[in-house]
Amino acid sequence: MGNTLIEKIIMKNTGLKDVAPGQIVTVRPDRVMIHDIFIPFVAEKFEEMGFTKLDDPDKVVLIYDHLVPASLVEDIRHFKIGDAFAEKYGLTHVHRSDGICHQLMTEQGYAKPGNIVFGTDSHTTTYGCVGCFSTGIGYTEMASILGTGELWVRVPETIKVELEGALPDNVMAKDVILTLLGDLHSDGATYKALEFTGSGVDAMSVSSRMTISNMAVEAGAKCCLFRPDEKTCEYSKVSMEDVAWLKADPDASYERTVHYDAKDIKPVLAAPSRVDNIHKVSELEGTPIDQVFIGSCTNGRLEDLAAAAKIMGGKKVAVRTIVTPASRDIYKAALKAGYLETLSKAGCIITQPGCGLCCGRAGGILADGEKVLATNNRNFLGRMGSSKVEIFLGSPKTAACSAISGRITMP
Amino acid sequence: MESTVWKFGNDVDTDQIIASQYLLLPDVEEMKQYAFESLDPGFAGKVKPGDIIVAEENFGCGSSREQAPAVLKALGVKAVVAKSFARIFYRNAINIGLPAMVCRDLPGHVDTGDKAEVDMEKGVITAGGQEYPCTKLPEYMQKILNQGGLIASLNKE
Repeated sequence: MGNTLIEKIIMKNTGLKDVAPGQIVTVRPDRVMIHDIFIPFVAEKFEEMGFTKLDDPDKVVLIYDHLVPASLVEDIRHFKIGDAFAEKYGLTHVHRSDGICHQLMTEQGYAKPGNIVFGTDSHTTTYGCVGCFSTGIGYTEMASILGTGELWVRVPETIKVELEGALPDNVMAKDVILTLLGDLHSDGATYKALEFTGSGVDAMSVSSRMTISNMAVEAGAKCCLFRPDEKTCEYSKVSMEDVAWLKADPDASYERTVHYDAKDIKPVLAAPSRVDNIHKVSELEGTPIDQVFIGSCTNGRLEDLAAAAKIMGGKKVAVRTIVTPASRDIYKAALKAGYLETLSKAGCIITQPGCGLCCGRAGGILADGEKVLATNNRNFLGRMGSSKVEIFLGSPKTAACSAISGRITMP
Repeated sequence: MESTVWKFGNDVDTDQIIASQYLLLPDVEEMKQYAFESLDPGFAGKVKPGDIIVAEENFGCGSSREQAPAVLKALGVKAVVAKSFARIFYRNAINIGLPAMVCRDLPGHVDTGDKAEVDMEKGVITAGGQEYPCTKLPEYMQKILNQGGLIASLNKE
């Protein structure tokens, strides 16, 4: 019996000749990521465990993003604790204002094809876009990895997702993952790996794949993998030879296969307040909204900003519209390409890269009874301000068209 | 010892267990008063040490915040029993020494205020004169839980 992509990565890391779903194995992660919200807790637990040095400081990446720039004076405490921890234990990979952790981890080359990476954030699944096994853990487990260099994992079952053909023009990767969430439901992939294949996936940019792997956790998935291709290698600066081993065997065993014809996928939204409450945009068209948000680690990349700029060029937004690029590099590229100027002329508020609005802390939070159409990854109660805000999740194209009309609008 | 049941539904997410705006409070002791604020605002004042949480499918979905099981443990919750758990919540609960028990049948037969008796050793919950078996933890996790969580377990090694 052959092996799936996740099994291949675990076998490579552990040196085991074969692994099977359900087996518990100990892996040595290639990198770990800690962000500003949890660094105080990681630091406290690390010392409580009696460790005095890191297993390997080079493997640790510390990123400030949820609290950047600070919106409460208490936020500074997290930066101070992080800086002190970095200084004391010799961390060299510290990003204090470069962007959202999940964008930076692949963009800056910390998470590479075939790696195993753990992070103190559920959306750590994002790095599967380059064929990296990455998943979220709690701060106590992170502290333990910092000291031991190891973590136990259960080898997951794999659900294969096939996407064949070309997506319609008004449909984006976001619509693909939302459609899948509607079909699998929010616990349909709990403890499992998703493996995406097919010509529809081959045609996608790494950025689009990132949107999908980012939201895989909303189905409970442990990870979401894409087999690396030329585009991945160019993005991750590795050679095709380096990743030749990184593929599922033809006789690999899948728990099940879900198949989509790309041409049948429609623009959709996750309506309040569940990520699997999926409706066609056409069914909700005309619903008045108070705000639009285009950005986040789900949809704040250059292609997302380009799509929004193309729609908004020469027009004016009808509602408050917040645009948040996912990283400083994306911000600079969007500036150079003229997208930020176009969006600004259309009346958008362009913010610094960061997590503020998506985690309901700052930068455009909403009040009781308001509705927002947002491109981020969660529409839970209380996620973007008051617990009485209604959040609709959709693609950047749907968001941009709706910003112009002030109502939910078909892209 | 009998425990009082606090019953919740499907897909209780970590924002509902402890909302993100409270994660910046300096410690779990200060956070615990806000547990389940959006679902049951008075919960923290009503729950008693030794009580159990019983929920339907996918308990603890959403973020990786370990404060979600931690506030429940800080309130004295003895165990969380659900038809199924989200992956990160489950690992976090065991790692901090809060028993997370998968039980398919109990949730459909109890409501808030009911009494139940949890037998951790046997992995059985008794309520209304009926015994409900729970899925056994993998040996590795049972060891961590028996030692009182991951920190205690590492300190022993």
